[in-house]
Amino acid sequence: MPRRILITGISRFLGLRLARKLEANDEIDEIIGVDLEPPSEEFKRVEIVRADIRNPLFSKVLQASRADTVIHLNIIPSEAEKGRTMMKEMNVIGTMQLLAACQKSDSIRKVVVKSTTAVYGSEPEDPAFFAEEMSRRSTPKSSYCRDAMEIETYARDFGRRRPDVCLTILRFATILGSTVNNAFSRYLAQPMVPTVLGFDPRVQFIHEEDAAEATYRAAIEDHPGIFNVAADGAVPLSQAIRRAGRGQLPILPPAVWLADRVSGLMPFLNVPSAIIREIAYGRVADNSRMKEEFGFEPKYSCLDAVHDFREKKRAERIVRQETDATWEKDLREFVIRKQNERRADLTPT
Amino acid sequence: MPDAQIITLGRSSEQSKCAATTSRNKPCQNFSMEGSPYCHVHQPIASGVRGASSSPGRERISEWRDFMRRRLAGQYYVDEYGYDEELSREILLPLTKFLYEQWWRVEVRGIENVPAHGPALIASNHSGTLPWDGAMLLTALQLEHPDSPVCRLLGADLLWTVPFLSHLARKAGNTVACDEDALHMLKRGELVGVFPEGFKGIGKPFSERYRLQRFGRGGFVEVAVETGAPIIPCAIVGAEEIYPMIYDFQPLARLLGFPYFPITPFFPLLGPLGMIPLPSKWIIEFGEPIPTDVFPREAKDDPMTLFDISDRVRDTIQQMLYKNLMSRRNWFL
Repeated sequence: MPRRILITGISRFLGLRLARKLEANDEIDEIIGVDLEPPSEEFKRVEIVRADIRNPLFSKVLQASRADTVIHLNIIPSEAEKGRTMMKEMNVIGTMQLLAACQKSDSIRKVVVKSTTAVYGSEPEDPAFFAEEMSRRSTPKSSYCRDAMEIETYARDFGRRRPDVCLTILRFATILGSTVNNAFSRYLAQPMVPTVLGFDPRVQFIHEEDAAEATYRAAIEDHPGIFNVAADGAVPLSQAIRRAGRGQLPILPPAVWLADRVSGLMPFLNVPSAIIREIAYGRVADNSRMKEEFGFEPKYSCLDAVHDFREKKRAERIVRQETDATWEKDLREFVIRKQNERRADLTPT
Repeated sequence: MPDAQIITLGRSSEQSKCAATTSRNKPCQNFSMEGSPYCHVHQPIASGVRGASSSPGRERISEWRDFMRRRLAGQYYVDEYGYDEELSREILLPLTKFLYEQWWRVEVRGIENVPAHGPALIASNHSGTLPWDGAMLLTALQLEHPDSPVCRLLGADLLWTVPFLSHLARKAGNTVACDEDALHMLKRGELVGVFPEGFKGIGKPFSERYRLQRFGRGGFVEVAVETGAPIIPCAIVGAEEIYPMIYDFQPLARLLGFPYFPITPFFPLLGPLGMIPLPSKWIIEFGEPIPTDVFPREAKDDPMTLFDISDRVRDTIQQMLYKNLMSRRNWFL
């Protein structure tokens, strides 16, 4: 059982959720959260350190905290947030520095690294399910995928140099839910969602609650290895769009590639380049190893995750998210909670 | 008034009475409606709308409306391979059924050799320039087999890059031809179909019709041995004549990235009209299953055993092809 846990990227949604879960566990002595930006929520027990993992000073934080478990969630999935240069700096250089610091530390027992199923790529001739030992069949095109592959390489190198450390790499499918904001959720939030004409790929999600639970288990228990973290089954993109309450706008393939290359050319088309091949060819990972090793059944199916996402969008229409006044936040939470309660009442169990 | 007596005229006397009891606990005296044990009063509402709207046309419209509503709301089930049962049965099957029954008048033999459940592997010859034989194989199993099993065909890489076709192929439950998918499906107990000849078979010139080509690398035998699934040989006669390819225009094929570019007597001469397949007479025969569980699992690493099984499957299909060709009077009858 770990005593002192250090989480990087605590201000991101997965970090927040994980910290909440760890806080509830009394056997953990200390939880240290590291991020450049302060988290949007208040914690009782989590100590927040505003630090940059790229800075060599960070190793001092690790040494001083004497953390035995490091959970590396500070991975930026899209260029939209901070630009490509910053994204690469954070993802690649940040991970390098973090793992270098971990290698020097003598208190460290476990490292958990967040990755993505995007490392498998999305190609038409891909198998229906990707198992962990399969590697991609083509060179990566999206920057996120390239970063994730580099991060995994560094993590594996680290694992070789420190065989005494339990190394877990979690490959998450697209995370969706009521609080997450990522490339796919922004894509799915458009009133008319552009798709590639003639293609209806199988896509896969994981609900943010299940994603946090899987990370929590990786932090608490020892599961060395690589795991796909994904909900059961798969869903056609068209069905996901319909279930999200959106319209589908099929676009000729050249126009989609063009919209990606020349950004701003078609402002009504928001197809993030990170997922452009996924919306054409899809990607589904096999989650059986995770279910077996973690003894964990995802609570939400792919469609449940889409449904939760839709409920959030509905609530947002009632209360706009633009201002951050606390009473509005409370009100929004109230609306979401009431909607969920009413839904629970309406659906006979 | 549920207990009011309604005297219907102009019906034959042997027509049976309604099976319901009235609110006074007496048997209902009305005649029952055709195809139902109840009269029009006691007819359960669920099986049709009462009164003027119960005409078959209206019913069909309301069924369609429900269907479209379900599709638009995304309220349907798709399995993890992307097989959409509702779409396949309601939209795709009626389309292929016409081709199956009217256009090619397919005759099926040996359907009892196909088990209702997998794991089993159907290996068939491949021909006809466009993969209509695959569609007809699936339709034959749906229409002729008592259990209407869903066969999962393994399609070559190229198919999955084609717009619309790849989409429909997925919705019909098919998947990519690779060892991983074949193994995964057989282990789940699915009925899997392969065309071991691949492009060599479907793109061969008309002069080589009904001559089986080399069987790829025989990966299908390997997965069958590994899972112990029996191999069911299948011979499809008739698909060779739908587009008689007299010339393979390789330069254009290479330019477009196709494995072949067919020149038939009608295509590209008649343009899109040349794409209409000829109405040849088809015979699909399923042979006796060739068991693979008699070999030990380790046999999958023994190439000689795999070649032997592969040759046996190939010979069986070739013999069935010759036999069925003899029984057909000519191309079209």
